[in-house]
Amino acid sequence: MRSLYISLVSEFYKSRKTLAFWAAILLPVIICGLITFGFYSTSEKVLNLHYPPMVLWAQYSGAALGVMGMLIMPFYVIFMAFSVNNIEHKNDTWKTLFAQPLNKFSIYAAKYLYAVFLIFICLFLFATLTYAFGYLLQVLVPEYNFNQYNPSSILINSYSKLFLSSLGILSLQFILSLVWGDFLKPMGIGFVGTIMGIITASVGWKYAYLIPYSLPTLALRITKVKKGGDPLDFPIFTQEIYTSLIYAAVFFLIGYFIVTKKSIK
Amino acid sequence: MSNYAIETVGLNFNFGNQHIVKDLSLQVPIGSIYGFLGPNGAGKTTTIKILLNLLKSPADQVFVFGKEINSNRIATLKRVGALVEQPAIYGHLTGRENLINRCILLGIKKSKADEMLALVGLTEAANKKSSKYSLGMKQRLGIALALVSDPELLLLDEPTNGLDPNGIIEVRNLMVELATKHQKTILVSSHLLAEIERTATHVGIINKGQLLFQGTIDELHLLSKPMLEIEVDQVENASNLLIKSGFEIASQSDKKIIIPFISSKESGEINTLLIQNGFTVSSLYQKRKDLENLFLDITKNN
Repeated sequence: MRSLYISLVSEFYKSRKTLAFWAAILLPVIICGLITFGFYSTSEKVLNLHYPPMVLWAQYSGAALGVMGMLIMPFYVIFMAFSVNNIEHKNDTWKTLFAQPLNKFSIYAAKYLYAVFLIFICLFLFATLTYAFGYLLQVLVPEYNFNQYNPSSILINSYSKLFLSSLGILSLQFILSLVWGDFLKPMGIGFVGTIMGIITASVGWKYAYLIPYSLPTLALRITKVKKGGDPLDFPIFTQEIYTSLIYAAVFFLIGYFIVTKKSIK
Repeated sequence: MSNYAIETVGLNFNFGNQHIVKDLSLQVPIGSIYGFLGPNGAGKTTTIKILLNLLKSPADQVFVFGKEINSNRIATLKRVGALVEQPAIYGHLTGRENLINRCILLGIKKSKADEMLALVGLTEAANKKSSKYSLGMKQRLGIALALVSDPELLLLDEPTNGLDPNGIIEVRNLMVELATKHQKTILVSSHLLAEIERTATHVGIINKGQLLFQGTIDELHLLSKPMLEIEVDQVENASNLLIKSGFEIASQSDKKIIIPFISSKESGEINTLLIQNGFTVSSLYQKRKDLENLFLDITKNN
């Protein structure tokens, strides 16, 4: 446990000045900021539509969730998996990292957990900022009715689903970035996978849930379908989430197997 | 307890079908500076990586401080510091941050980082991004990283690569100091014998994965027999005369004849013989075959 903790601290220390770390903070700030600005500057138009409070929240938070779930999330995950491994590839530091008196599992698991942590931070900020900026909009444009509905459950549910459904992609991409030191191979495969995921998920292919890349889209689509009924009633642990978690666990173990067998040249 | 810091027993290592290390039996005594010599591609770096368990060795072939490495990986690595190939440095971090990161991984005090920077003379550049360092500075940072855990055994792979003459002397002195004052064992690899000759107490020569020589530096010197070099005119005729008179010619060029040195008296007789036969001897001196040539001979014959 101690060596896992040490490795995690070191991962943070190494990456705290890199784009990968700041992306986790900047991405939600920028996207939520833009959406909020949009709702602020076009407030008259939005107000003319006379949304009930819940629908207003759905429109507002859906703007971020939609972009995230479809496109940005898979690419963000691919980028994170790439960056935590690339820091060692780029500097040729795998050999020193594995020559430290720490067990290999800790080193590997710390890297993986750090990537999970970065994704968590990013999504946590998305949820928090959506919530906070919603109330900020209310202050700036008092005619809005954001204050008449508490969106915390829907935000927590949606972002939890997005987080859990992206872990499958993370584990798979993590292996690709671990094995290949270059940017193009994992990115290329990730890109093709994501496009495939989006297509299969949106045409509603029966087995789309077997493709890890389609899981975030699928997870959020179900959220939307259920929105007609009681929005608080949708379950977090659906088939997509289970599939994602199983993929995550399996690929995580395969990755560890590769690390133990891999000769560090 | 074994007297060897490192002992390999008939170590074999392959990359696929390629034999990188063949039947290698290293014996590095505790407290020695062991010069691990060989041309590029001889298997030195591979051996060092095996000693760090980065490459998996067959069971019961590699022992560090008497312990089998595969079954004692972490305990062994705690006692070892290493610099492998180009120093592995995070370019986006400063020199100090690189050392602090290592302190975090090793669970030691961060103040050790500044101590190490001072030791390798990088205090002034401590807060500079290490990607901006010169090759020599990177190399010194690499050495600092290897030393930060205060290990009993240091594995240095070509540590003077890219250093200027001053830097080379500094590293050399540092190694001697670490071995003599701090009782560290150092295995230092190089393809330059002159480099090793100045610091090492023990030498192992490896070529194409096989150990060709292993012993103390004095034992290596004994291998090199002294020669007599004669500068003379009409080299061809002079060497014919010497052969007729029963001398063995080791080699000859258009200016020089080289024969094995036997004694000063005999050198005098050769001189007299040549002069009496009308040759002009411009110089005649005893020369110990330098280790550079010996090294070449040893590795060439393999």
